[in-house]
Amino acid sequence: MPPENKTPQVYSVSELTENIQTLLEDHFDFVWLEGEISNFSRPASGHYYMVLKDENAQIRAVMFRLQTRYLKFLPENGMKIVAQGRLTVYAPRGEYQIILDYLEPMGVGALALAFEQLKKKLASQGVFDKEIKKPLPFLPQRVAVITSPTGAAIRDFLKIIRRRFANMEIIVVPVRVQGEESTADMVEAMDWVNRELNVDVIILTRGGGSIEDLWAFNREELALAIRKSRIPVVSAVGHEIDFTIADLAADFRAPTPSAAAELLVVEKETLLHRLEDMRNRLISGLGRKLKGLNQDLDHLSKRVKDPRKRLDDSWMRLDEIHNRLTRLMDLIVRDRKNRLSMEKRSLLLHSPLNVSASIKQRLDFQRTAIGHAMNSCLGEKQMSLSLLEKRIKDLSPLSILNRGYSITRSLPEKIVLRDASVVKKGKQVQVLLAKGALECRVEKRESE
Amino acid sequence: MAEKKFEKAMQRLEEIVKGLEEGDLSLEDSLKSFEEGMKLLKFCSNKLEEAEQKVTLLVKQGDGKHTQVPFKLEEENNAE
Repeated sequence: MPPENKTPQVYSVSELTENIQTLLEDHFDFVWLEGEISNFSRPASGHYYMVLKDENAQIRAVMFRLQTRYLKFLPENGMKIVAQGRLTVYAPRGEYQIILDYLEPMGVGALALAFEQLKKKLASQGVFDKEIKKPLPFLPQRVAVITSPTGAAIRDFLKIIRRRFANMEIIVVPVRVQGEESTADMVEAMDWVNRELNVDVIILTRGGGSIEDLWAFNREELALAIRKSRIPVVSAVGHEIDFTIADLAADFRAPTPSAAAELLVVEKETLLHRLEDMRNRLISGLGRKLKGLNQDLDHLSKRVKDPRKRLDDSWMRLDEIHNRLTRLMDLIVRDRKNRLSMEKRSLLLHSPLNVSASIKQRLDFQRTAIGHAMNSCLGEKQMSLSLLEKRIKDLSPLSILNRGYSITRSLPEKIVLRDASVVKKGKQVQVLLAKGALECRVEKRESE
Repeated sequence: MAEKKFEKAMQRLEEIVKGLEEGDLSLEDSLKSFEEGMKLLKFCSNKLEEAEQKVTLLVKQGDGKHTQVPFKLEEENNAE
Protein backbone atom coordinates (compact mmCIF):
# COMPACT_ATOMS: atom_id res chain seq x y z
CA MET A 1 0.00 0.00 0.00
CA PRO A 2 2.15 2.88 -1.25
CA PRO A 3 1.32 6.06 0.73
CA GLU A 4 2.65 8.41 -2.04
CA ASN A 5 -0.18 7.30 -4.23
CA LYS A 6 -3.04 9.40 -2.92
CA THR A 7 -5.64 7.57 -4.80
CA PRO A 8 -7.00 5.03 -2.30
CA GLN A 9 -6.86 1.48 -3.51
CA VAL A 10 -10.26 0.09 -4.07
CA TYR A 11 -10.65 -3.63 -3.66
CA SER A 12 -13.38 -5.62 -5.03
CA VAL A 13 -15.10 -7.75 -2.33
CA SER A 14 -13.55 -10.76 -3.82
CA GLU A 15 -10.12 -9.22 -3.84
CA LEU A 16 -10.42 -8.18 -0.23
CA THR A 17 -11.80 -11.45 0.83
CA GLU A 18 -9.02 -13.17 -1.07
CA ASN A 19 -6.46 -10.99 0.69
CA ILE A 20 -8.02 -11.72 4.06
CA GLN A 21 -8.12 -15.37 3.20
CA THR A 22 -4.44 -15.43 2.29
CA LEU A 23 -3.55 -13.48 5.39
CA LEU A 24 -5.55 -15.62 7.78
CA GLU A 25 -4.89 -18.96 6.23
CA ASP A 26 -1.17 -18.39 5.97
CA HIS A 27 -0.88 -17.07 9.46
CA PHE A 28 -3.19 -19.50 11.23
CA ASP A 29 -2.53 -22.70 9.37
CA PHE A 30 -1.82 -24.69 12.55
CA VAL A 31 -3.38 -23.47 15.75
CA TRP A 32 -4.35 -24.93 19.05
CA LEU A 33 -7.59 -23.67 20.46
CA GLU A 34 -9.53 -24.28 23.60
CA GLY A 35 -13.18 -23.61 24.20
CA GLU A 36 -16.62 -24.97 24.83
CA ILE A 37 -18.75 -26.69 22.24
CA SER A 38 -22.17 -25.32 21.38
CA ASN A 39 -24.61 -25.69 18.50
CA PHE A 40 -23.18 -29.10 17.70
CA SER A 41 -24.69 -30.81 14.68
CA ARG A 42 -23.94 -33.85 12.62
CA PRO A 43 -25.80 -33.90 9.32
CA ALA A 44 -26.03 -36.81 6.90
CA SER A 45 -22.75 -35.81 5.31
CA GLY A 46 -21.00 -37.09 8.43
CA HIS A 47 -19.16 -33.80 9.02
CA TYR A 48 -19.31 -32.24 12.49
CA TYR A 49 -20.41 -28.64 12.76
CA MET A 50 -20.18 -26.66 15.98
CA VAL A 51 -19.47 -23.30 17.50
CA LEU A 52 -16.56 -22.99 19.90
CA LYS A 53 -16.91 -20.24 22.45
CA ASP A 54 -15.64 -18.74 25.66
CA GLU A 55 -17.01 -15.85 27.79
CA ASN A 56 -16.45 -13.16 25.22
CA ALA A 57 -16.17 -14.67 21.77
CA GLN A 58 -17.12 -17.48 19.51
CA ILE A 59 -15.87 -19.08 16.32
CA ARG A 60 -17.45 -21.50 13.88
CA ALA A 61 -15.76 -24.87 13.59
CA VAL A 62 -16.10 -27.81 11.28
CA MET A 63 -14.57 -31.28 11.35
CA PHE A 64 -14.79 -33.23 8.13
CA ARG A 65 -15.87 -36.84 8.08
CA LEU A 66 -12.39 -38.06 7.21
CA GLN A 67 -11.08 -36.68 10.52
CA THR A 68 -14.08 -37.65 12.61
CA ARG A 69 -13.25 -41.29 11.87
CA TYR A 70 -10.19 -41.00 14.06
CA LEU A 71 -12.14 -39.40 16.84
CA LYS A 72 -12.75 -41.91 19.61
CA PHE A 73 -15.58 -39.99 21.22
CA LEU A 74 -18.61 -38.03 20.17
CA PRO A 75 -18.47 -34.26 20.84
CA GLU A 76 -21.34 -32.88 22.89
CA ASN A 77 -22.65 -29.40 23.62
CA GLY A 78 -21.11 -27.89 26.74
CA MET A 79 -18.02 -30.06 26.45
CA LYS A 80 -14.78 -28.21 27.06
CA ILE A 81 -12.25 -29.19 24.45
CA VAL A 82 -8.79 -28.57 23.12
CA ALA A 83 -8.68 -28.61 19.34
CA GLN A 84 -6.09 -28.33 16.65
CA GLY A 85 -6.88 -26.98 13.22
CA ARG A 86 -6.43 -24.26 10.65
CA LEU A 87 -8.40 -21.11 9.86
CA THR A 88 -10.20 -20.76 6.55
CA VAL A 89 -12.34 -18.11 5.09
CA TYR A 90 -15.56 -19.10 3.41
CA ALA A 91 -15.78 -16.46 0.72
CA PRO A 92 -19.39 -16.92 -0.42
CA ARG A 93 -20.61 -15.93 3.03
CA GLY A 94 -17.73 -13.80 4.17
CA GLU A 95 -17.23 -15.93 7.16
CA TYR A 96 -14.18 -17.40 8.67
CA GLN A 97 -14.09 -20.64 10.56
CA ILE A 98 -11.67 -23.17 11.92
CA ILE A 99 -11.33 -26.58 10.31
CA LEU A 100 -10.52 -29.04 13.04
CA ASP A 101 -8.10 -31.90 12.52
CA TYR A 102 -8.04 -33.13 16.09
CA LEU A 103 -10.22 -32.69 19.08
CA GLU A 104 -9.81 -33.86 22.64
CA PRO A 105 -11.76 -33.18 25.78
CA MET A 106 -10.06 -31.08 28.43
CA GLY A 107 -9.37 -32.78 31.72
CA VAL A 108 -10.10 -36.42 30.91
CA GLY A 109 -8.44 -37.91 27.86
CA ALA A 110 -10.36 -38.34 24.67
CA LEU A 111 -10.20 -42.12 24.87
CA ALA A 112 -11.35 -42.23 28.45
CA LEU A 113 -14.29 -40.10 27.50
CA ALA A 114 -15.09 -42.20 24.48
CA PHE A 115 -14.91 -45.31 26.64
CA GLU A 116 -17.38 -43.87 29.10
CA GLN A 117 -19.71 -42.80 26.34
CA LEU A 118 -19.76 -46.20 24.67
CA LYS A 119 -20.08 -47.97 27.99
CA LYS A 120 -23.11 -45.85 28.83
CA LYS A 121 -24.67 -46.44 25.46
CA LEU A 122 -24.18 -50.23 25.43
CA ALA A 123 -25.26 -50.55 29.04
CA SER A 124 -28.51 -48.79 28.19
CA GLN A 125 -28.99 -51.31 25.36
CA GLY A 126 -28.54 -54.16 27.81
CA VAL A 127 -25.37 -55.46 26.17
CA PHE A 128 -23.65 -55.94 29.56
CA ASP A 129 -26.62 -57.40 31.42
CA LYS A 130 -25.62 -60.09 33.88
CA GLU A 131 -28.75 -62.12 33.17
CA ILE A 132 -27.78 -62.83 29.58
CA LYS A 133 -24.26 -63.95 30.35
CA LYS A 134 -23.63 -67.59 29.51
CA PRO A 135 -21.96 -69.85 32.05
CA LEU A 136 -18.52 -71.24 31.29
CA PRO A 137 -18.72 -74.75 29.80
CA PHE A 138 -18.01 -77.73 32.02
CA LEU A 139 -14.62 -79.24 31.20
CA PRO A 140 -14.04 -77.42 27.90
CA GLN A 141 -12.34 -79.70 25.40
CA ARG A 142 -12.21 -77.59 22.25
CA VAL A 143 -11.20 -73.98 22.54
CA ALA A 144 -10.94 -71.29 19.87
CA VAL A 145 -8.44 -68.58 20.70
CA ILE A 146 -8.99 -65.40 18.69
CA THR A 147 -5.72 -63.52 18.88
CA SER A 148 -2.53 -62.60 17.10
CA PRO A 149 -0.57 -65.80 16.38
CA THR A 150 2.68 -63.98 17.08
CA GLY A 151 1.71 -62.05 20.19
CA ALA A 152 2.63 -62.49 23.82
CA ALA A 153 -0.94 -63.44 24.66
CA ILE A 154 -0.97 -66.76 22.82
CA ARG A 155 2.50 -67.57 24.16
CA ASP A 156 1.42 -66.98 27.77
CA PHE A 157 -1.84 -68.80 27.22
CA LEU A 158 -0.22 -71.92 25.75
CA LYS A 159 2.50 -71.92 28.39
CA ILE A 160 -0.10 -72.39 31.10
CA ILE A 161 -2.09 -74.97 29.12
CA ARG A 162 1.03 -77.03 28.49
CA ARG A 163 2.41 -76.73 31.99
CA ARG A 164 -0.85 -77.97 33.46
CA PHE A 165 -1.03 -80.92 31.05
CA ALA A 166 -4.52 -79.86 30.14
CA ASN A 167 -5.86 -82.15 27.49
CA MET A 168 -7.51 -79.64 25.26
CA GLU A 169 -7.80 -78.99 21.59
CA ILE A 170 -6.87 -75.42 20.91
CA ILE A 171 -7.53 -73.70 17.62
CA VAL A 172 -5.75 -70.41 17.14
CA VAL A 173 -7.82 -68.09 14.98
CA PRO A 174 -5.38 -65.46 13.75
CA VAL A 175 -6.48 -61.81 13.74
CA ARG A 176 -4.90 -58.42 13.98
CA VAL A 177 -5.33 -57.05 17.48
CA GLN A 178 -4.17 -53.50 16.87
CA GLY A 179 -4.89 -50.83 14.31
CA GLU A 180 -7.88 -49.61 12.40
CA GLU A 181 -8.83 -52.89 10.73
CA SER A 182 -8.34 -55.10 13.75
CA THR A 183 -11.87 -54.63 15.06
CA ALA A 184 -13.33 -55.80 11.78
CA ASP A 185 -10.92 -58.77 11.86
CA MET A 186 -12.08 -59.81 15.28
CA VAL A 187 -15.76 -59.31 14.50
CA GLU A 188 -15.38 -61.49 11.43
CA ALA A 189 -13.48 -64.16 13.38
CA MET A 190 -16.14 -64.15 16.08
CA ASP A 191 -18.90 -64.71 13.52
CA TRP A 192 -16.89 -67.28 11.65
CA VAL A 193 -16.07 -69.37 14.73
CA ASN A 194 -19.73 -69.34 15.70
CA ARG A 195 -20.67 -70.50 12.24
CA GLU A 196 -17.95 -72.99 11.39
CA LEU A 197 -16.19 -74.32 14.48
CA ASN A 198 -17.64 -76.68 17.02
CA VAL A 199 -15.88 -75.32 20.06
CA ASP A 200 -16.92 -75.14 23.72
CA VAL A 201 -15.56 -71.69 24.40
CA ILE A 202 -13.98 -68.70 22.64
CA ILE A 203 -11.04 -66.89 24.16
CA LEU A 204 -10.57 -63.34 22.85
CA THR A 205 -7.18 -62.21 23.99
CA ARG A 206 -4.31 -59.79 23.55
CA GLY A 207 -1.27 -58.86 25.57
CA GLY A 208 -0.75 -55.57 27.38
CA GLY A 209 -0.35 -52.20 25.67
CA SER A 210 -1.29 -48.57 25.82
CA ILE A 211 -4.93 -47.56 25.76
CA GLU A 212 -4.49 -46.72 22.07
CA ASP A 213 -3.06 -50.20 21.43
CA LEU A 214 -6.03 -51.80 23.10
CA TRP A 215 -8.53 -49.54 21.43
CA ALA A 216 -9.80 -52.17 19.01
CA PHE A 217 -11.35 -53.90 22.00
CA ASN A 218 -13.33 -50.79 22.89
CA ARG A 219 -15.40 -50.73 19.74
CA GLU A 220 -19.11 -51.06 19.59
CA GLU A 221 -19.05 -53.57 16.70
CA LEU A 222 -16.89 -55.97 18.67
CA ALA A 223 -19.05 -55.67 21.77
CA LEU A 224 -22.12 -56.51 19.72
CA ALA A 225 -20.37 -59.44 18.02
CA ILE A 226 -19.42 -60.81 21.43
CA ARG A 227 -22.95 -60.39 22.65
CA LYS A 228 -24.28 -62.19 19.60
CA SER A 229 -21.97 -65.17 20.04
CA ARG A 230 -23.80 -68.38 20.79
CA ILE A 231 -20.55 -69.82 22.20
CA PRO A 232 -19.45 -68.47 25.58
CA VAL A 233 -16.75 -65.82 25.22
CA VAL A 234 -13.92 -65.20 27.67
CA SER A 235 -12.10 -61.93 27.10
CA ALA A 236 -8.58 -61.49 28.38
CA VAL A 237 -7.16 -58.20 27.21
CA GLY A 238 -3.98 -56.57 28.46
CA HIS A 239 -3.08 -56.56 32.12
CA GLU A 240 -5.20 -56.72 35.24
CA ILE A 241 -5.76 -52.97 35.26
CA ASP A 242 -6.93 -52.79 31.67
CA PHE A 243 -10.67 -52.86 31.36
CA THR A 244 -12.17 -52.85 27.89
CA ILE A 245 -15.67 -52.76 26.45
CA ALA A 246 -15.02 -56.30 25.19
CA ASP A 247 -14.39 -57.37 28.81
CA LEU A 248 -17.72 -55.95 29.82
CA ALA A 249 -19.59 -57.57 26.94
CA ALA A 250 -17.93 -60.97 27.32
CA ASP A 251 -19.50 -63.76 29.34
CA PHE A 252 -16.41 -63.90 31.46
CA ARG A 253 -13.46 -61.59 31.94
CA ALA A 254 -10.01 -62.94 32.68
CA PRO A 255 -7.53 -60.28 33.80
CA THR A 256 -4.70 -61.68 31.64
CA PRO A 257 -4.15 -64.31 28.91
CA SER A 258 -2.52 -66.60 31.51
CA ALA A 259 -5.50 -66.17 33.78
CA ALA A 260 -7.79 -67.19 30.92
CA ALA A 261 -5.83 -70.44 30.57
CA GLU A 262 -5.96 -71.05 34.32
CA LEU A 263 -9.68 -70.50 34.20
CA LEU A 264 -9.99 -73.36 31.72
CA VAL A 265 -7.84 -75.83 33.63
CA VAL A 266 -8.56 -75.02 37.24
CA GLU A 267 -11.87 -76.86 37.42
CA LYS A 268 -10.36 -79.93 35.85
CA GLU A 269 -7.50 -79.88 38.32
CA THR A 270 -9.84 -79.59 41.28
CA LEU A 271 -11.81 -82.52 39.94
CA LEU A 272 -8.63 -84.54 39.41
CA HIS A 273 -7.55 -83.86 42.98
CA ARG A 274 -10.97 -84.83 44.27
CA LEU A 275 -10.83 -88.06 42.27
CA GLU A 276 -7.33 -88.84 43.53
CA ASP A 277 -8.51 -88.25 47.09
CA MET A 278 -11.47 -90.56 46.61
CA ARG A 279 -9.30 -93.23 45.04
CA ASN A 280 -7.05 -93.20 48.10
CA ARG A 281 -9.97 -93.25 50.49
CA LEU A 282 -11.62 -96.06 48.57
CA ILE A 283 -8.51 -98.22 48.72
CA SER A 284 -7.69 -97.48 52.35
CA GLY A 285 -11.36 -97.93 53.25
CA LEU A 286 -11.43 -101.43 51.84
CA GLY A 287 -8.00 -102.13 53.33
CA ARG A 288 -9.24 -101.16 56.77
CA LYS A 289 -12.31 -103.30 56.33
CA LEU A 290 -10.24 -106.33 55.33
CA LYS A 291 -7.84 -105.78 58.19
CA GLY A 292 -10.72 -105.57 60.64
CA LEU A 293 -12.24 -108.76 59.29
CA ASN A 294 -8.88 -110.49 59.49
CA GLN A 295 -8.59 -109.54 63.12
CA ASP A 296 -12.09 -110.83 63.79
CA LEU A 297 -11.16 -114.06 62.07
CA ASP A 298 -8.04 -114.29 64.18
CA HIS A 299 -10.02 -113.87 67.36
CA LEU A 300 -12.54 -116.44 66.29
CA SER A 301 -9.95 -118.95 65.25
CA LYS A 302 -8.32 -118.54 68.63
CA ARG A 303 -11.59 -119.39 70.30
CA VAL A 304 -12.61 -122.28 68.04
CA LYS A 305 -9.88 -124.90 68.23
CA ASP A 306 -9.12 -127.50 65.67
CA PRO A 307 -10.23 -130.96 66.95
CA ARG A 308 -6.96 -132.41 65.82
CA LYS A 309 -5.25 -129.94 68.03
CA ARG A 310 -7.42 -131.08 70.94
CA LEU A 311 -6.34 -134.68 70.29
CA ASP A 312 -2.75 -133.55 70.16
CA ASP A 313 -3.33 -131.70 73.39
CA SER A 314 -4.71 -134.85 75.01
CA TRP A 315 -1.72 -136.80 73.87
CA MET A 316 0.56 -134.18 75.20
CA ARG A 317 -1.28 -134.11 78.50
CA LEU A 318 -1.10 -137.85 78.70
CA ASP A 319 2.60 -137.80 77.98
CA GLU A 320 3.05 -135.13 80.53
CA ILE A 321 1.18 -137.06 83.20
CA HIS A 322 3.20 -140.09 82.30
CA ASN A 323 6.40 -138.16 82.66
CA ARG A 324 5.29 -136.74 85.94
CA LEU A 325 4.42 -140.17 87.20
CA THR A 326 7.77 -141.60 86.18
CA ARG A 327 9.55 -138.72 87.75
CA LEU A 328 7.51 -139.14 90.90
CA MET A 329 8.32 -142.81 90.98
CA ASP A 330 11.98 -142.01 90.53
CA LEU A 331 11.80 -139.53 93.31
CA ILE A 332 10.12 -141.99 95.65
CA VAL A 333 12.62 -144.67 94.84
CA ARG A 334 15.53 -142.30 95.27
CA ASP A 335 14.05 -141.04 98.49
CA ARG A 336 13.70 -144.57 99.83
CA LYS A 337 17.23 -145.36 98.70
CA ASN A 338 18.53 -142.30 100.48
CA ARG A 339 16.67 -143.15 103.61
CA LEU A 340 17.96 -146.66 103.40
CA SER A 341 21.56 -145.53 103.04
CA MET A 342 21.05 -143.07 105.89
CA GLU A 343 19.70 -145.85 108.08
CA LYS A 344 22.59 -147.96 106.96
CA ARG A 345 25.08 -145.28 107.94
CA SER A 346 23.54 -144.67 111.30
CA LEU A 347 23.41 -148.37 111.79
CA LEU A 348 27.11 -148.55 110.92
CA LEU A 349 27.83 -145.69 113.30
CA HIS A 350 26.15 -147.54 116.05
CA SER A 351 27.70 -150.77 114.93
CA PRO A 352 28.84 -152.89 117.84
CA LEU A 353 32.07 -153.31 115.85
CA ASN A 354 33.12 -150.01 117.09
CA VAL A 355 32.34 -150.79 120.74
CA SER A 356 35.45 -152.61 121.82
CA ALA A 357 38.19 -154.84 120.60
CA SER A 358 37.22 -157.76 122.81
CA ILE A 359 33.74 -157.56 121.68
CA LYS A 360 35.17 -157.30 118.22
CA GLN A 361 37.23 -160.37 118.71
CA ARG A 362 34.26 -162.24 120.07
CA LEU A 363 32.29 -160.93 117.28
CA ASP A 364 34.94 -161.95 114.75
CA PHE A 365 34.94 -165.40 116.19
CA GLN A 366 31.24 -165.58 116.25
CA ARG A 367 31.14 -164.11 112.79
CA THR A 368 33.45 -166.75 111.45
CA ALA A 369 31.31 -169.34 113.15
CA ILE A 370 28.22 -167.84 111.82
CA GLY A 371 29.98 -167.57 108.46
CA HIS A 372 30.69 -171.24 108.43
CA ALA A 373 27.24 -172.06 109.54
CA MET A 374 25.91 -169.72 106.96
CA ASN A 375 28.13 -171.17 104.25
CA SER A 376 27.12 -174.71 104.94
CA CYS A 377 23.54 -173.63 105.21
CA LEU A 378 23.86 -171.70 101.94
CA GLY A 379 25.60 -174.66 100.32
CA GLU A 380 22.74 -176.90 101.21
CA LYS A 381 20.23 -174.41 100.08
CA GLN A 382 22.14 -173.92 96.84
CA MET A 383 22.26 -177.59 96.16
CA SER A 384 18.56 -178.07 96.71
CA LEU A 385 18.00 -175.00 94.56
CA SER A 386 19.93 -176.40 91.58
CA LEU A 387 18.18 -179.71 92.05
CA LEU A 388 14.91 -177.94 91.92
CA GLU A 389 16.06 -176.10 88.87
CA LYS A 390 17.03 -179.30 87.15
CA ARG A 391 13.70 -180.82 87.94
CA ILE A 392 11.92 -177.87 86.58
CA LYS A 393 14.00 -178.03 83.44
CA ASP A 394 13.30 -181.71 83.05
CA LEU A 395 9.64 -181.01 83.25
CA SER A 396 9.80 -178.61 80.31
CA PRO A 397 8.64 -180.25 77.10
CA LEU A 398 11.76 -179.01 75.39
CA SER A 399 14.10 -180.95 77.65
CA ILE A 400 11.91 -184.00 77.16
CA LEU A 401 12.24 -183.62 73.41
CA ASN A 402 15.97 -183.20 73.92
CA ARG A 403 16.05 -186.59 75.48
CA GLY A 404 14.60 -188.13 72.29
CA TYR A 405 10.92 -187.95 72.92
CA SER A 406 8.62 -186.46 70.35
CA ILE A 407 5.12 -185.03 70.27
CA THR A 408 2.61 -186.11 67.69
CA ARG A 409 -0.28 -183.83 66.70
CA SER A 410 -3.19 -184.52 64.41
CA LEU A 411 -3.44 -182.44 61.29
CA PRO A 412 -4.88 -180.11 60.62
CA GLU A 413 -6.49 -179.80 64.11
CA LYS A 414 -3.10 -179.76 65.82
CA ILE A 415 -4.37 -181.73 68.76
CA VAL A 416 -1.69 -183.58 70.75
CA LEU A 417 -2.23 -187.33 70.37
CA ARG A 418 -2.16 -189.54 73.40
CA ASP A 419 -4.18 -192.45 72.05
CA ALA A 420 -3.54 -194.26 68.73
CA SER A 421 -7.21 -195.16 68.44
CA VAL A 422 -8.21 -191.59 67.80
CA VAL A 423 -6.23 -191.43 64.56
CA LYS A 424 -7.50 -193.18 61.48
CA LYS A 425 -5.26 -194.90 59.04
CA GLY A 426 -4.02 -192.64 56.21
CA LYS A 427 -4.48 -189.51 58.29
CA GLN A 428 -1.73 -186.89 58.33
CA VAL A 429 0.02 -186.21 61.59
CA GLN A 430 2.78 -183.88 62.67
CA VAL A 431 5.70 -185.05 64.73
CA LEU A 432 7.48 -182.35 66.69
CA LEU A 433 11.13 -183.13 67.45
CA ALA A 434 13.67 -181.29 69.62
CA LYS A 435 14.78 -179.64 66.45
CA GLY A 436 12.23 -179.26 63.62
CA ALA A 437 9.11 -181.30 62.82
CA LEU A 438 8.00 -184.09 60.48
CA GLU A 439 4.77 -184.49 58.64
CA CYS A 440 3.82 -188.22 58.42
CA ARG A 441 0.95 -190.40 57.30
CA VAL A 442 -0.44 -193.08 59.52
CA GLU A 443 0.18 -196.44 57.81
CA LYS A 444 -0.88 -198.70 60.59
CA ARG A 445 -2.48 -198.47 63.96
CA GLU A 446 -1.72 -200.61 66.93
CA SER A 447 -3.79 -200.56 69.98
CA GLU A 448 -2.24 -201.47 73.34
CA MET B 1 -25.52 -83.51 29.89
CA ALA B 2 -21.94 -84.62 30.32
CA GLU B 3 -21.76 -82.46 33.41
CA LYS B 4 -24.83 -84.06 34.95
CA LYS B 5 -23.53 -87.57 34.36
CA PHE B 6 -20.16 -86.66 35.74
CA GLU B 7 -21.64 -84.94 38.80
CA LYS B 8 -23.86 -87.94 39.46
CA ALA B 9 -20.90 -90.28 39.25
CA MET B 10 -18.94 -88.06 41.63
CA GLN B 11 -21.82 -87.99 44.10
CA ARG B 12 -22.20 -91.74 44.02
CA LEU B 13 -18.46 -92.07 44.48
CA GLU B 14 -18.61 -89.86 47.58
CA GLU B 15 -21.37 -92.03 49.03
CA ILE B 16 -19.41 -95.21 48.38
CA VAL B 17 -16.24 -93.84 49.95
CA LYS B 18 -18.16 -92.68 53.03
CA GLY B 19 -19.91 -96.05 53.30
CA LEU B 20 -16.60 -97.88 53.12
CA GLU B 21 -14.99 -95.56 55.62
CA GLU B 22 -17.76 -96.05 58.15
CA GLY B 23 -17.01 -99.75 57.95
CA ASP B 24 -20.50 -101.03 58.74
CA LEU B 25 -20.78 -102.95 55.50
CA SER B 26 -20.41 -106.68 55.21
CA LEU B 27 -17.39 -108.01 53.40
CA GLU B 28 -19.46 -108.78 50.34
CA ASP B 29 -21.00 -105.32 50.27
CA SER B 30 -17.61 -103.77 50.88
CA LEU B 31 -16.17 -105.57 47.88
CA LYS B 32 -19.18 -104.67 45.79
CA SER B 33 -18.89 -101.02 46.80
CA PHE B 34 -15.18 -101.03 46.11
CA GLU B 35 -15.71 -102.48 42.66
CA GLU B 36 -18.40 -99.95 41.84
CA GLY B 37 -16.20 -97.17 43.18
CA MET B 38 -13.30 -98.18 40.99
CA LYS B 39 -15.58 -98.25 37.96
CA LEU B 40 -16.87 -94.77 38.73
CA LEU B 41 -13.34 -93.53 39.25
CA LYS B 42 -12.36 -94.85 35.87
CA PHE B 43 -15.38 -93.27 34.25
CA CYS B 44 -14.65 -89.88 35.82
CA SER B 45 -10.92 -90.02 35.04
CA ASN B 46 -11.67 -90.93 31.45
CA LYS B 47 -14.08 -88.02 31.19
CA LEU B 48 -11.38 -85.68 32.43
CA GLU B 49 -8.74 -87.03 30.07
CA GLU B 50 -10.98 -87.49 27.07
CA ALA B 51 -9.69 -84.75 24.78
CA GLU B 52 -6.19 -84.85 23.44
CA GLN B 53 -3.79 -81.99 23.67
CA LYS B 54 -3.56 -80.40 20.26
CA VAL B 55 -2.87 -76.88 19.11
CA THR B 56 -3.68 -75.83 15.56
CA LEU B 57 -3.65 -72.60 13.63
CA LEU B 58 -6.49 -71.68 11.35
CA VAL B 59 -5.26 -70.71 7.89
CA LYS B 60 -7.40 -68.92 5.34
CA GLN B 61 -6.88 -70.18 1.84
CA GLY B 62 -7.22 -68.38 -1.44
CA ASP B 63 -10.68 -69.75 -2.13
CA GLY B 64 -11.99 -68.46 1.18
CA LYS B 65 -11.89 -71.86 2.82
CA HIS B 66 -10.01 -72.56 6.02
CA THR B 67 -7.63 -75.31 7.02
CA GLN B 68 -5.98 -76.13 10.31
CA VAL B 69 -2.26 -76.64 10.55
CA PRO B 70 -0.21 -77.55 13.63
CA PHE B 71 0.55 -74.37 15.52
CA LYS B 72 4.04 -73.53 16.65
CA LEU B 73 5.20 -70.38 18.33
CA GLU B 74 7.94 -68.52 16.51
CA GLU B 75 10.36 -68.74 19.41
CA GLU B 76 9.82 -72.53 19.57
CA ASN B 77 10.94 -72.74 15.98
CA ASN B 78 13.99 -70.68 16.78
CA ALA B 79 14.83 -72.77 19.75
CA GLU B 80 14.83 -75.95 17.72
